[in-house]
Amino acid sequence: MKRNKAEKFYKTEKTPVEPYDPAALIETQHLTKKFGKLTVLNDISEKIYQGEKVAIIGPSGSGKSTFLRCLNVLDDPTDGYVFFEGNNLCNLRVDINLMRRRMGMVFQQFNLFNNKTVLQNITFAPVQTGLQDLRKTRRKNILIKFCNLFKSKNKKTPALPAQQTKKQIKEDAKANAMRLLKRIGLADKADVYPSTLSGGQKQRIAIIRALAMNPKVLLFDEPTSALDPEMVGEVLSLIKELATEGMTMVIVTHEIAFARGVATRVLFMADGKICEQGAPEQIFNAPESERLKDFLSKVL
Amino acid sequence: MIYNLSAGLFENLAKIFTTGKYMNMIWQGLCSTLIISLGAAVTGLVLGTVVALVKIQPKTGATAVPRAICNIYTTVIRGTPMALQLFIMAFVIFAVRGFPMQLTAVLAFGINSGAYVSENIRAGILSVDRGQTEASRALGISTGCTMLRIVIPQGMKNVIPAIGNELIALIKETSIVSMIGLIDLTAVAKMIGAGNELATYLAPMLVVALFYLAIVYLLTFAIKLIERRLRKSEKK
Repeated sequence: MKRNKAEKFYKTEKTPVEPYDPAALIETQHLTKKFGKLTVLNDISEKIYQGEKVAIIGPSGSGKSTFLRCLNVLDDPTDGYVFFEGNNLCNLRVDINLMRRRMGMVFQQFNLFNNKTVLQNITFAPVQTGLQDLRKTRRKNILIKFCNLFKSKNKKTPALPAQQTKKQIKEDAKANAMRLLKRIGLADKADVYPSTLSGGQKQRIAIIRALAMNPKVLLFDEPTSALDPEMVGEVLSLIKELATEGMTMVIVTHEIAFARGVATRVLFMADGKICEQGAPEQIFNAPESERLKDFLSKVL
Repeated sequence: MIYNLSAGLFENLAKIFTTGKYMNMIWQGLCSTLIISLGAAVTGLVLGTVVALVKIQPKTGATAVPRAICNIYTTVIRGTPMALQLFIMAFVIFAVRGFPMQLTAVLAFGINSGAYVSENIRAGILSVDRGQTEASRALGISTGCTMLRIVIPQGMKNVIPAIGNELIALIKETSIVSMIGLIDLTAVAKMIGAGNELATYLAPMLVVALFYLAIVYLLTFAIKLIERRLRKSEKK
C-alpha cells in the first residue's frame, strides 16, 4: 500500500519495462512480490481485456489476493510493472489516486467506513474527488490569472472552465447514490450506520460504493468468504447482474460454481504462478495440470 | 489539636465568600489557571497530533530525521520532572525581560502535555482497522484526506478517555506555576491564608480545592458528552 520511497536504491535490479499492449485494460509484466524471503508472486505476466470476467481460483496461500491487490498497487510489487489503460502504475510519477478512481475494489471484510452512514459511505469518494478536482482547477486559474498580469491584452490565456459547484457535486453524488441504493433495494437504509446492517447488506453496499465512481474495472477480493451461507446468494446475484451489464471484473473466489457461471476466463494460481488458464468449461471439465486436478478433486 | 485546626472554619469560609477582595483574588487566580490550562491543552493537542502523525509514518530514509526528533522529544519530556521543565523554560530559554510569564507557562505545560498526548493519539490511530485506510485509498482518495476524514475521526473516539485523563492531570499540574511567580488558584489560597490576611490555611485551601473539583467535574461532563456524540455510529 505504501509507495516504496526507497525504490531508487534497487531500481537497477528491476526488469526493464516492455511496451504494453494497448488493447489490454490491465497488463502485468513480470509481476513479482516478496514478503521478506517468501516469494508470493513469481514473475506473472498477464493481460486482462475490456469486458472480460476473470475468475482467479487456487489453494489458499497461492497469492491470489496479493495478485489482485497488486493490480491497483495496494501492495507495492517488488519487481515488475502493472499497466492500467497504458499507465504504468509502478511509476511514482503517475498519480496513483487518479488511476484508482477508475478501479473499484471490493474487500473480503467489506471495509465500510464505520464513522459514516450508508449514504455518506457511497458519496464520500465522489464528493471528495470532485472537490479535489475543483480545488485543482481553482489553483490553476489563480496561476493563469497571475501570469496574465504580465501579458499583453491579446495574448492572455483564458481561464480554465470551472466544473460544477460544490453544491452540485454533492447533489449529484447523492442522487447517484440513491439511485444505486434503490437498485439493490436498500434505499430505506440510507441514513443508518453500517454496524446495524447484515453481512450481505454490507457487502452489497461495498459493491455499489465502488460502482459510484463509475470504474472501468471491478476487483473482487473474495467477496463472499466472510458471509453467512444464506447471504452469499444476494451478493453473488448482484455481481452476476453487473457482469451481464458488461462490467470488466477480476474476481478472486472460492465459489467454484459461481466462477463457472460468470467467468469468461479462469486463472488457476498455485505457488505464486498462474498454473493454468482458459475458459471455465476447459478448466473445470478437462483440467490438464496435476495441481489443478488435485485442487478440483478437493473442492468439487 | 484537631479542634484548633478547624477553629473558626465556618467564619473564615463565610469571610472568604463575602469579602470582595478575596473573591476578586480567587477570580483572578481562577482565570489564570484556566487560561494556562486551556492554552497548554490546545498546544499539547496540536503538538501531540503532529508528533503522532510523524511517528506512524513508514520507516524510510525521508522520515528518519523527523522520527528521531520526535522520539528524543518524548523521551526527554517524559523523563524529566515538570517543575524542572518549567524552570528551564522560565529562567533559561525565555529568560528575557518583558517576556510574558503566562506564555512561558503555556508553552512549558503544552510541550509537556504534547509528549503524553502524542502517545495516546498514536495508539488511537493504530487502533483503527487497516481495512478502513485500504478501502479509502482503493477509491482514489489521497493519503491526507484518508487520514483526516476516515482514520482520525475513528481513532479519536478511542482516545477520548485517555485524552480526558491527560487534560485533568494538566489542569491540576498547573498548580505549580507559582514556582515561577505566576499567581494561580493555589497561589491565591496561599496568599489568603497568610498571616496578614486570614492567618489560617484550612479555609482558603478548601475553597480552592472546591474550585479545582468543579473545573474537573465540568470537564469530565463535557468529555462524556463528546464521547457519546462520537460513539453515535456504534449504536445498534
